[in-house]
Amino acid sequence: MKYVDEFRDGELAKNISANIANEADPKRNYRLMEFCGGHTHAISRYGIADLLPPNVRMIHGPGCPVCVLPIGRVDQAIHLAREHGVILCTYADTVRVPASDNLSLMRAKANGADVRMIYSTQDALKIARENPGREVVFLAIGFETTTPPTAVAIKQAEATGLKNFSILCDHVLTPAAMHAILAVEGGVALDGFVGPAHVSTVIGSKPYEPFADDYGKPVVIAGFEPLDVMQAILMLVRQINDGRAAVENEFTRAVTREGNLKAQELVAEVFELRDMFEWRGLGSVPNSALKLRPKYAAFDAELKFKVDYVEVPDNKACECAAILRGQKRPLECKFLGSVCTPENPVGSCMVSSEGACAAHYSYGRFRETAQ
Amino acid sequence: MSTVKPNYSRPLDIKNGRVDMSHGSGGRAMAQLITELFAAAFNNEYLAQGNDGALLPAAAGRLVMATDSHVVSPLFFAGGDIGCLSVHGTINDVAVMGAKPLYLSAGFILEEGFPLADLKRIVESMAQASREAGVPVVTGDTKVVEQGKGDGVFITTTGVGVVRDGINLSGDLAQPGDKILLSGTIGDHGMAILSQREGLTFSAPIVSDTAALHGLIATMLDSGVKLRVLRDPTRGGLATTLNEIAKQSGVGMMLQESAIRVNQPVEAACEFLGLDPLYVANEGKLIAICAPEDADRLLEVMRAHPLASEASIIGEVLGDAHGFVQMTTKLGGRRVVDWLAGEQLPRIC
Repeated sequence: MKYVDEFRDGELAKNISANIANEADPKRNYRLMEFCGGHTHAISRYGIADLLPPNVRMIHGPGCPVCVLPIGRVDQAIHLAREHGVILCTYADTVRVPASDNLSLMRAKANGADVRMIYSTQDALKIARENPGREVVFLAIGFETTTPPTAVAIKQAEATGLKNFSILCDHVLTPAAMHAILAVEGGVALDGFVGPAHVSTVIGSKPYEPFADDYGKPVVIAGFEPLDVMQAILMLVRQINDGRAAVENEFTRAVTREGNLKAQELVAEVFELRDMFEWRGLGSVPNSALKLRPKYAAFDAELKFKVDYVEVPDNKACECAAILRGQKRPLECKFLGSVCTPENPVGSCMVSSEGACAAHYSYGRFRETAQ
Repeated sequence: MSTVKPNYSRPLDIKNGRVDMSHGSGGRAMAQLITELFAAAFNNEYLAQGNDGALLPAAAGRLVMATDSHVVSPLFFAGGDIGCLSVHGTINDVAVMGAKPLYLSAGFILEEGFPLADLKRIVESMAQASREAGVPVVTGDTKVVEQGKGDGVFITTTGVGVVRDGINLSGDLAQPGDKILLSGTIGDHGMAILSQREGLTFSAPIVSDTAALHGLIATMLDSGVKLRVLRDPTRGGLATTLNEIAKQSGVGMMLQESAIRVNQPVEAACEFLGLDPLYVANEGKLIAICAPEDADRLLEVMRAHPLASEASIIGEVLGDAHGFVQMTTKLGGRRVVDWLAGEQLPRIC
């Protein structure tokens, strides 16, 4: 397929692989975090780890929207669907995220809640228009990529006087999460980041500059195709070898330094920062998520239905928290593949194919037996 | 003299009529529906017996029986509809056992309010598929459920076939070294359905591959190659079917991604939705596993048939106690091709 096959070419991959192997200094380790779940998926799906020398290791970051969604947030959505009888709309993978009482949105649906999987915020608006007698709540999750479409939906709902539509706003911010990872006491053993693809098309490359300037960590923004990821790894190896820390852009076909200003304006108009937001894995992180501005309070389901947020601790033996921080690998969790599988996820890293545990389990399991 | 015609009943109003509860009640309305719609379309000597069951001549050899329920939405899609699908699906299940399919039964669950015109289209499509395949629908049943308790129409078909001596196909017969062949492109049926569902319209047409495979299978069996396993990768797609075989046979597999063909509109739609074509349903494709020395010959036989002109050897069976189905990616890396977990859901960003 044109514009896709070019970025999955086996011969080019071999060339980049050879360059990485040649240029990586055998006397040191390269610990690189791919922040985004989209990169984690590509690395696992195409077997990129097989094309890297053993001292270049990829660490899966927290950039998987459903993986960082804490139990309490899913509980809120289930509560609205069950107790308030709303039509609860959300994006696909979210329906499988484990919640309290052995529930998930999918299980709540089987128990009679009206949960609908949608592909775009426009679907949620359509459902609201077609069901004027029902309240429709969109569980809005995701990083900066999915935030502008939510902003558009809010503006449209306001413009058309759609009164039975509201959102549970769980949109989160990438740079804040990267700060949280780097600011950990004792630090994370990381030498650089493969920076987000789709997120960066919106926010641009500028917001990553502090990670290079203040923390001394190289960042290379990369597309989600396998050759993008490999080229970014090579660029990171070169920066590290040179002792440089800069923000470089491999994904120039879509990302600029400033990003999509129109989308940024729209988001700024509709949303404001939350003081504090709980992330699964990272804990409570200040200024790391968005809520609706007071002007749009009528569309805020938390206010409309007066649902409070209650923190619910994760299963103690689940290692999602350490895995999302890059401190542990999926293999170091004793639940992996026994208690916790894609069919019955305990932690959220097992839910989405972008999650570190699911990616390892579904695509990379053979490696354990080979070791 | 009276003008009343003692045996007259007004014909079904196919154009504007709808299924109502009386069509399932066992009375005159049901008899009329059966006569004017089902019996007229399926018309064959066994159905014409008009009894509760069909009296069939005993077949020599081992019998195969398979059943399949169809609940597809939308009922009509590019390349077919629930009617022909319900015929093809069951014929294929019988045929991949190495059997010649002989007879079909059909059970209909109709929802009150379903347009008779749509029902007629579906039944005629079934009848045509059955005639083309040479496998008659010899008995059937109809029930009606209240509005809201069904999804228009559900169809369950059961097929009976006979396996001749010397043919032994089973999912537990794959051996290390065997070659794995695939009859053509994957993902066409599933994406045809998905692309037609509400809210998902793609401009490029994706056409279901629904087809009866017994003719292709007969030529493969007649060629004399050492076939061990045949299976049609329907729900769960190629990946899930290969995992089933690997588990049954206690073996592993290594596939070559570059040998697995996907039609471009299907590939594009999968990319767009974040789905993997390996897990998308097919309704007119088969997987064949054969002894390594026969693989080239089998490939030739398959490619000579119009339903497998794009057949390829996609991998081989390995000895592997873990039963992993693995794949060498186009990029040159390796990955596990796992069972489908839950439902395949689009990724978020």
